Amino acid sequence: MSKLYTTDHEWILVDGDVATIGISDYAQSNLGDLVFVSLPEVGRALKKSEAVAVVESVKAASDVYSPISGEVVETNADVVSDPAQVNADAEGKAWLFKLKIADKSELEGLMDEATYKKEHTV
Amino acid sequence: MLAQEALSLKRTPLHALHLSLGAKMVPFAGYEMPVQFPLGVLKEHLHTRRSAGLFDVSHMGQIALRPRSGKIEDAALALERLVPQDFAGLGAGRQRYAQFTNDAGGILDDLMVANFGDHLFIVVNAACKEADEAHLRKHLSEACEVNVLPDRALMALQGPKAEAALARLCPGVSAMRFMDAGPQNIAGFECFISRSGYTGEDGFEISVPAAQAEQLARMLLDDPDVQPIGLGARDSLRLEAGLCLYGHDIDETTSPIESALEWSIQKNRRTGGARAGGFPGAKTILDQLANGTTRRRVGLRPEGRAPVREGAPLFSDQLATHPIGSVTSGGFGPSLNAPMAMGYVPAALAAADTQIFAEVRGQRVPMRVAATPFVPNAFKR
Repeated sequence: MSKLYTTDHEWILVDGDVATIGISDYAQSNLGDLVFVSLPEVGRALKKSEAVAVVESVKAASDVYSPISGEVVETNADVVSDPAQVNADAEGKAWLFKLKIADKSELEGLMDEATYKKEHTV
Repeated sequence: MLAQEALSLKRTPLHALHLSLGAKMVPFAGYEMPVQFPLGVLKEHLHTRRSAGLFDVSHMGQIALRPRSGKIEDAALALERLVPQDFAGLGAGRQRYAQFTNDAGGILDDLMVANFGDHLFIVVNAACKEADEAHLRKHLSEACEVNVLPDRALMALQGPKAEAALARLCPGVSAMRFMDAGPQNIAGFECFISRSGYTGEDGFEISVPAAQAEQLARMLLDDPDVQPIGLGARDSLRLEAGLCLYGHDIDETTSPIESALEWSIQKNRRTGGARAGGFPGAKTILDQLANGTTRRRVGLRPEGRAPVREGAPLFSDQLATHPIGSVTSGGFGPSLNAPMAMGYVPAALAAADTQIFAEVRGQRVPMRVAATPFVPNAFKR
């Protein structure tokens, strides 16, 4: 399946029952150099659009919202220890967390890559 | 930014240069200002500490205060009626930090004042400059001419390589020491240079006629050691240096003593001094100097990596329900490689190493009161 995007600049990549979530390259570019990342704990049940993670640059803090509901099954410890990785590879290695999808119908209404990138290129 | 807002924003003489250098522009104090350049806030900050950074601070107000009598002492004594600092004792070619106070002892603005021999040269904050001008005219017009200098730009060149970069164009600056100030010619431009700044680094502030500002900036940027730096890094640099930002760390409700600026009040203006008092709020401020204050501005070091931002409430312990104060500036220090903040706490909790807590996203974050500057300053005294 291909990547989907939210209007809040998260991306989500679905693989079977599990979704990987991160922030878009456009978002990292606008935030600037990240110095702090906080992620939800494994096992936590997230609701769609809930503020679940925080990314902070030198200047400002920004919430990350869960694009869909589900249970956190894995988080990316590398981006917590080295937040700059998000600036380097936001849509690749620097994913933030993985969810066990609760309701696949929530994926409807998210933007496809072409639609998102048309408005949001770095 | 909204189109309408952008239309009403003022531009500095370096606006076109910022755009050509790829700056990201934001509204600040009524001006469209560069918040960062392509290097980014973090690298701009580190570059300034390691090499040299060029800042546009043309939004700040520049004012000449000329004594009607022709005697500089008369301008200095007149100004002393508005600030708790000693200006009659400030020699020609020297600069001093001051605050305009109000009758309650609060701070109307903080400012730099230089003695240029025949007049005083004043630099004030952008957001306060109209009010400051009116304040000066209202109280000092009998003794002084108040000349606002809107046709001058102001830039700061900061960092360990600032002296070498500026000395290439103006060899005289190498002889200046911290807080020396005066008119100097750079490449035929009539500049006012002070050896000062707001980053904690050695460096210079350069006032230049607006028409020549871009040319001078380009000459400085021709030096590979010099990079343009935006407001984002200016803020993290000044916070690491423990310096107050007006409207955040100090304002009309904070006295110079509460805000831990008593070092800026010379003995002559204190109780028992030759010209004790005689400025707005003197009774309150001198009483606080003698007897202390109930609250105090302190440096704060949060534990862990999470920045604690402006507005975060402060608590005496993990479970306390009533805040004891709040954070007035907070962020991440790239050179400190850790979060840092400033805020007001009760005097009893103001000692270094006292543990308090801030509330961030519903969680109590432990922090310790810490001495400032967070990063040692590098002034050339």
